[in-house]
Amino acid sequence: MNSQYNIPGLEQEKLETAAADILMPVRINRSFILWIGFLFIALAFCLFVYSIQLRKGLIVTGLRDYTSWGMYIANFVFFVATSLVGMLISSVLGLIGIKWIVPIARIAEIIAVAFAAIAGLVIVSDMGRPERLANVFLYGRVQSPILWDVTVVTTYFVLSLLLWFLPLIPDIAVARTRLANRPAFLIRIYEILSFKWVHHEEQYKILNQAVRILLLLIIPTALAIHTVTSWLFAVTPRAGWDSTIFGPYFVSGAFVAGTSALIIAMFFFRTNYRLQKYITEFHFERMARLLFLVSVVYLYFNLNEFLVPAYKMKKFDAIHFQELFSGDFALLFWGIQLTGLVLPIILLLFRKIRKPIPLLVISIFIFAASWLKRFLIVVPLQGHPYLPIQYVPSAWIVYKPTLIESTITLASFILVLIIITLLSKLFPVIPILETVREGSSPNGSLKHIR
Amino acid sequence: MGEKKKRIEPEITGIQEIIEASRRDFLKKAGISGAVFISGAAAVFAGYRHEKSKSKEKYVQVLTTDNKLVKVPADQVEGYTPGLKQLQERGRDGIKGKKWVMVIDLSKCRNARKCVEACQSAHHLRPYEYHINTLVMQESANTPAYFMPKPCQHCDNPPCVSVCPVDATFKRQDGVVLIDNERCIGCRFCMAACPYSARMFLWEDPRDAEADKGNEYNIELNVPQKKGTISKCLFSSDRLRENKLPYCVSACPNGVYYFGDENEDAVTNGTTKETVRFSELLKNNGGYRLMAELGTKPRVYYLPPKNRIFDFEKEKPADKDFII
Repeated sequence: MNSQYNIPGLEQEKLETAAADILMPVRINRSFILWIGFLFIALAFCLFVYSIQLRKGLIVTGLRDYTSWGMYIANFVFFVATSLVGMLISSVLGLIGIKWIVPIARIAEIIAVAFAAIAGLVIVSDMGRPERLANVFLYGRVQSPILWDVTVVTTYFVLSLLLWFLPLIPDIAVARTRLANRPAFLIRIYEILSFKWVHHEEQYKILNQAVRILLLLIIPTALAIHTVTSWLFAVTPRAGWDSTIFGPYFVSGAFVAGTSALIIAMFFFRTNYRLQKYITEFHFERMARLLFLVSVVYLYFNLNEFLVPAYKMKKFDAIHFQELFSGDFALLFWGIQLTGLVLPIILLLFRKIRKPIPLLVISIFIFAASWLKRFLIVVPLQGHPYLPIQYVPSAWIVYKPTLIESTITLASFILVLIIITLLSKLFPVIPILETVREGSSPNGSLKHIR
Repeated sequence: MGEKKKRIEPEITGIQEIIEASRRDFLKKAGISGAVFISGAAAVFAGYRHEKSKSKEKYVQVLTTDNKLVKVPADQVEGYTPGLKQLQERGRDGIKGKKWVMVIDLSKCRNARKCVEACQSAHHLRPYEYHINTLVMQESANTPAYFMPKPCQHCDNPPCVSVCPVDATFKRQDGVVLIDNERCIGCRFCMAACPYSARMFLWEDPRDAEADKGNEYNIELNVPQKKGTISKCLFSSDRLRENKLPYCVSACPNGVYYFGDENEDAVTNGTTKETVRFSELLKNNGGYRLMAELGTKPRVYYLPPKNRIFDFEKEKPADKDFII
C-alpha cells in the first residue's frame, strides 16, 4: 500500500508485460458468453422453482414446526462465513505488511463482495412473507439480532465493494488505454470508472488514505457480521445453540471456509486466465500455511464447543451430542470433522501437499465440509426441543430438505458465480500496478520469495 | 456646501430611523396578528372538523334500566363490529388493569384433548396445528408419567418478543403475548427462540382460507390465519374481552384449568366454575412453572400430577396415536 505509484517510476517494460498478461482475459469471448448464458438459464430455472415456493408457501420445503430453520439458514450462515475472507486477506494480512497477498487480494475481495451480496438474498428465500421485507425498516426493533445482522451485513457489503473498487481505479486507468479491439461499451465503462485518473501523486495519496481507512473499518465490521450471525442462535435458550463461544467459534470457522474458497478461486484463475506468472506455487504454499493456521484455531474452538459440554452431559446437551456422535447425524458429523478439519491439518504439515493441486483437492473438501457443518449447527438440535414432539404427522419429526429447497439454494451459488464471473471478466482480477510495484517480475520469479 | 451637508445629514438619518422603526414595528404587529389569525383559523377549522367527524359517528338508541331512551356512540355498544384499525389498536393495547394467569392441574388431566379441539375450531386450525397440545410426559424411568396440556406460557420475559425484528409479536399490559399476522414477515426467529415449542407456522394456505376470505382480521383471535406467518395461543383474548373464559378452559371436561386475574388473586375453574384464591391454590398444591430456570417467567402455572384421579396406564395413548 505504498504511496509512490508514479507511473514513470515503474519500469515501463514490466508494466507493459504485466498489463498485457493480466488484461488478456478481460474480454468478451465465446466461452464467456456460453458460460454466462448457461448461468443465467440455470438461474432462470431456479427462479421458476422459487416462484412455486412463493405460490404454495414454505410447505414445499422440508421445514415444519419443530425444525423450522433448515437449509436456507445454514446456507445463509455459510455465505456470511465465506465472505469473511476479504477481511482476513486484505486487512489483517495487508495491514501487518505482508506483501505476497498483493496478487490475490482482489480475488479475496471479489469473493467477499459476491458472498456478502447474496447472503442478503438467501435470507429472503427463508421468509414466509418476503413481500413484507420492508417491515424490517418500517417497524424494525433494535433489540432483535436480525436488525443488527441486516445493518452489519449491508455495511460489510458496501465496504467490501469499495475495497474492491477503489484500488481498481488506477488499474482501470492503466487498462483504459490498453484495451484495443474490445467492445465499445466496455471501453466506455472504463472511461467512466477510471474517473479521469492521471496517476498524479496527490491522487495516490488520497486513494491510499481512503483504502487504509476502509481496511481498518472492515475489521470490526467483518467480525461483527459473523458474530451477530452466530448470535441469531446463541441468544436463544436452546441446548446446542446456547453457547458463549458461538461468536469466535463461527468467526474461526468462517476463516477456514473463506480461505478454502479463496484457494479454489486462485487455482481457477491461475489456470483459466493463464496467470501462472503472478499466482505462483509460492502463493499456494503461503495459503496452505494460512489454511493450516486457521484450521488449527478452528479445531481449538471445536474442542471447546464439543468437549466441555460433552464432559458434563447435561440432559439436553446429552441428547444433542448423542445424535451427533453416534445417532442419525453421526456419519455426517464425523465425516465433516475428519475430512474438513482433522485430516487437512495433518496433511498440510507436508510440503508436498502444499502444492497447487493437492491443496485444491483439500480445499474443495474443506469448502464442502464447511457448508455441511453449518447444516449440522442449524438443524439437528431442533429435532430435540425441551418438550417432546407429539401428535404431529411423521413427516414433521425428521427434517428432510426437498428438491425445491435444494434448487433454490443452488440458485444462490449460481448468483455468486455470476457476480464473480462478471467482476473477474470485465475487470483485471490481479492488481496490475501494485503487482509491478511490489516486485513481481513478469518473467516468473517474484522478488520476495527468498 | 460641504458644511451644509454635514449639518443636514443627521436629520435625514433620524427620519430614516423613524421610518425604519415604524416599518419594523408594523411588520412585527402584522406578523403577530397574522400568526394569531392563522392559528385561530386553524383551531376553528380543527374544531369544525372535529364536530363534523362527531356528527358522522354512528349513534344507536338504547333503553336504559330506568326506562329512558338514550343515544350512545355505536362503537360503545356490544355487538358493534369494529374495523381493522380499532381491532389492531385495542388488540395491541390489551385490557386495562388485568394480569391474566392460568393454572393447569396435572393431577386431573386424562388426555381428553377437548381443549385442543375447542382451540382448533375457534382458531380455524387443522388437527395437527396447535396453539395448545397435550403431551405425555415422563422425566425418567422411575418418575411417574403424566399428561401435560401445553399452551403458550405467556412469559413475562418472553424470548420470542425480544427476537422479533418487526414488533409483530408483542407483550400486552394484561400479560398476554400476541402475534400480529398483518405485520409478521415469517422469519420464524420467535419459534427458534421459544423453549416451549409453543408457536406454529402456517406452512401452507390455512384450513379455512376460502371460508375466511374477506373477513376482518381480529388480532385477538388471530383469524383469518395467514399463510407464511406465525400463529400461537392467545389466551383467547377475544373471549377475555367479553369477560368469558378461554376456549380451552371452558371445554375441559375434567376440571384441569383455572383461569383468572392475578391482580384480583382469583382464578376460576373452567369446568366447575368454582372461583378460588390464586395464591392459595398454588401454595396448597405446590404450584410451579415450566423450566423456571430459563428465567422466562411464564404466566402459566402447573400443579404437580400427584394423587392422580385416574389410572395413567389405562388412559395412555398407543404409540401409533402419537403420529397423525
